[in-house]
Parts: sequence; C-alpha cells; structure tokens
Amino acid sequence: MNLALLFDGMLVVLILAVAVWTVTVRDSFAAGIGYAVYGLLLALAWVRLAAVDAALTEAAIGGGLTSVLMIRATVRLRAGEAAARAATPGPLPRLLAALLGGSVAAGLALVVLALPDPAPTLAPQVAEHIATTGLGNAVTAVLLSFRAIDTLLEAVVLIYALIAVWTLTPDRFWGGRPGPKYETDPNGMLAYLARLLPPIGIVVAVYVLWVGADLPGGKFQAGTLLAAMWLLAIMAGLTEAPPISRRWLRGVLVAGTVVFLAIGFAGVPLAGAFLAYPEGFAKPLIVAIEAASMLSIAFTLALLVLGPPERRDQA
Amino acid sequence: MNVPTLFGLCGAVLVGLGLYGLVVSPQPLRKILAFNLVGSGVFLLFGVVARRGAALGMGGDPVPQALVITGIVVAFSATALAVALVLRLHDMTGAATLAPADADEPPVA
Repeated sequence: MNLALLFDGMLVVLILAVAVWTVTVRDSFAAGIGYAVYGLLLALAWVRLAAVDAALTEAAIGGGLTSVLMIRATVRLRAGEAAARAATPGPLPRLLAALLGGSVAAGLALVVLALPDPAPTLAPQVAEHIATTGLGNAVTAVLLSFRAIDTLLEAVVLIYALIAVWTLTPDRFWGGRPGPKYETDPNGMLAYLARLLPPIGIVVAVYVLWVGADLPGGKFQAGTLLAAMWLLAIMAGLTEAPPISRRWLRGVLVAGTVVFLAIGFAGVPLAGAFLAYPEGFAKPLIVAIEAASMLSIAFTLALLVLGPPERRDQA
Repeated sequence: MNVPTLFGLCGAVLVGLGLYGLVVSPQPLRKILAFNLVGSGVFLLFGVVARRGAALGMGGDPVPQALVITGIVVAFSATALAVALVLRLHDMTGAATLAPADADEPPVA
C-alpha cells in the first residue's frame, strides 16, 4: 500500500513539474511538446483512479490531438513569438496572478479534503440496471443508455465546432482543402511510418470499438485513433485533405448523429420514450450507434485539427 | 492520505497553475494551453469524486467517468475553435498578442 502511494506521489510530482514547465517555459513550441508529455502522464493518473476509459481518451485527445493542434499553430505563429514575449507582464501583475491561482488552488484543496464520507455514488443504480442494456462496460452503458442524451448533444457540439472553424475560411478558399499541401521525402521516415502504422491503427481502432461494449474502449477512443492515422497519412504527404464542399464528406460527418437521432426517435413508438431502446435490442442498437459515430468522430476530429480551408480545390 | 485525495490535491494545484498561466501568458496560444490545464485539473477532480464512489466491484462511479470522457472531447473541440480564431486573427492583422491594435484607444474591458 505504501509503495503504491509512493508511486502515486512521484507521478503527482512529475505531473505538476511538467505542468509548471508548460506554463513557464519561454519557447511556445516547447510548451506544446510539454503538453503532450503532460497528457500522457495525466493518462497514467486516470489509470490509477481506475478510470481506464478516461485514461484512453486523455492519452489520445489530451496527449495526442491537442498537442498536434498546438504545435502546428505555434509553428505558424513563430514570427510573432519575440514580439509577444516582450509583452510579458511585470512582477506585480504576475504576483497578483500567482495570488489568484494560489487562492483558487487552496480553496479547491480544502474542498477535496472536506469531501463527504462515505461518498455519494450512482454505482449501485448502474449495477442494478446494467443488465437491461446487455453491456458489460458500465461507462459505455452510461454514455449510450442512461445518459445517451448527453452523448447525442456532444456529437452535435463537435459538428457545430467544425462548422464554426469552417466559417473562418477566407471567402476565396471556401469549399477548398484545409491545411497546406504537405511535401515530405517519399522515402523518408515519416512516409514510411505513415504507410506502416495506419493498417495496424485501423485494426486496433475497430478492436477498441468492439470491446468497448464490455471492456474499456468505445467510439471516442477508436475515432481518435482513426483520426490520428488519417492525419499521419495527410501530414506525410501520402494523401490530401478532401475539399470541404464534397457531399460524401459532409454525409460522413453527420452520419453518426443521424443514426443516433433515428434510433432515438424510433424509441418513441417502439419503447415509449426518446432514446429508449426496445427490450432485447439495446446492445445491437448501441453497437450500431457506436460504429456510425466512430467514423463521424474520426473525420470531425481530424478536420478540427486541420482547421479552415487554406487553398482552392484544384483536383 | 489516500490515493484519491492525493490526486484531488494535484487537480486543485493544476487549476491554480492554469489560472496563473491564463493571466500572465501574453501569447494567445499559451493562454489556450493554460486554459486546458484548468480543464484537465477540473476533470481530475471529477475522477477523484468518481473513484471515491467505487462500489459493488466497480472501480469508480461510472457516471462521472462517462461525463469526463464527454468533457475531454468537448474541451478539445473548443480548443480547436479557439486556435482557429487565433490563427485567423494573426492572418488578418498580424497581431501576435490579444492587446488592442490601436494604442491610443482605451482597451475594451
């Protein structure tokens, strides 16, 4: 027990050290790298908190996609880096900010120490009703059955975010391709990895999606993995991002939400409530929603990383 | 001290640290990064609440765990939108910070 606590203590020290470095390091590029390390360390913390589903999501999105997004953006803003650094506030504002951050942290720490014991929990209710869903993974049961409305709205939020990003397109590039055209050495390491990894990544993603019903995993983790594989192929110059005006692309982006909504509304006549599943059909319907959502999530996440179109569709 | 409390304190410090970075970093991207630190600290507190609710053979209360997964994905989409806004601002004005472009004009509060 004490040894485990020692490991956790070291993990917390590492997480905080990397977080301090990410905030204080001079070079923004280094901060982006720091955030990737931070995301992976945080995923370990989630494992220690027995939340493996959240750990997978944090590693894939916090450590992976957010860092790719940040590093790409820092490279593009490099020219303004020196001017921006010169605008760093003086000692007094920094001290006040430290006081603010410190007091909020102290307040939260007091709350953590004063959490009620025994802790309130919904686990018994979940355990009581999980049999009706046919699922073995309680988190998936919450996401797609007990709190399915949250997950549905989240899928909508993702699409709205992508539409908002696309609205930032300059008029002349509307309907064009996001991101620059990546030119890399076709015999280089990046192109090699971009040929080698995607087949493995796709198999792993399908596996993660499938076992998500009973074990940690599911559509978000699988979708993020697919998005990463696609981004790798794009950034290695093996393929190009599609023009955002393509109908097939828009179809794929909304497919997950459309399937989710269709099954949700079908529940009104068949099971008596929106998003209710007819008895005995819960698991196949949930797997269908997850499979359709995985593709939509993968395309949406990758296109969110790539940003608004930057060049005309010349193909 | 037990494991959830330790990570709970870690989450509290992360929120404070992120808040500090949000205020003092002049670069908009660093502000976004700091905001993500605040977010991950809050998620970690959620994880602690979930872990404390462990019961009936489940490692934690699955409801907050599921909400955290939703939260991480939504936080990512908001981050992507914020980054796209910063890049577009930079393309249009060449601005590297969020300071008002005209020094004569009082900053809008």
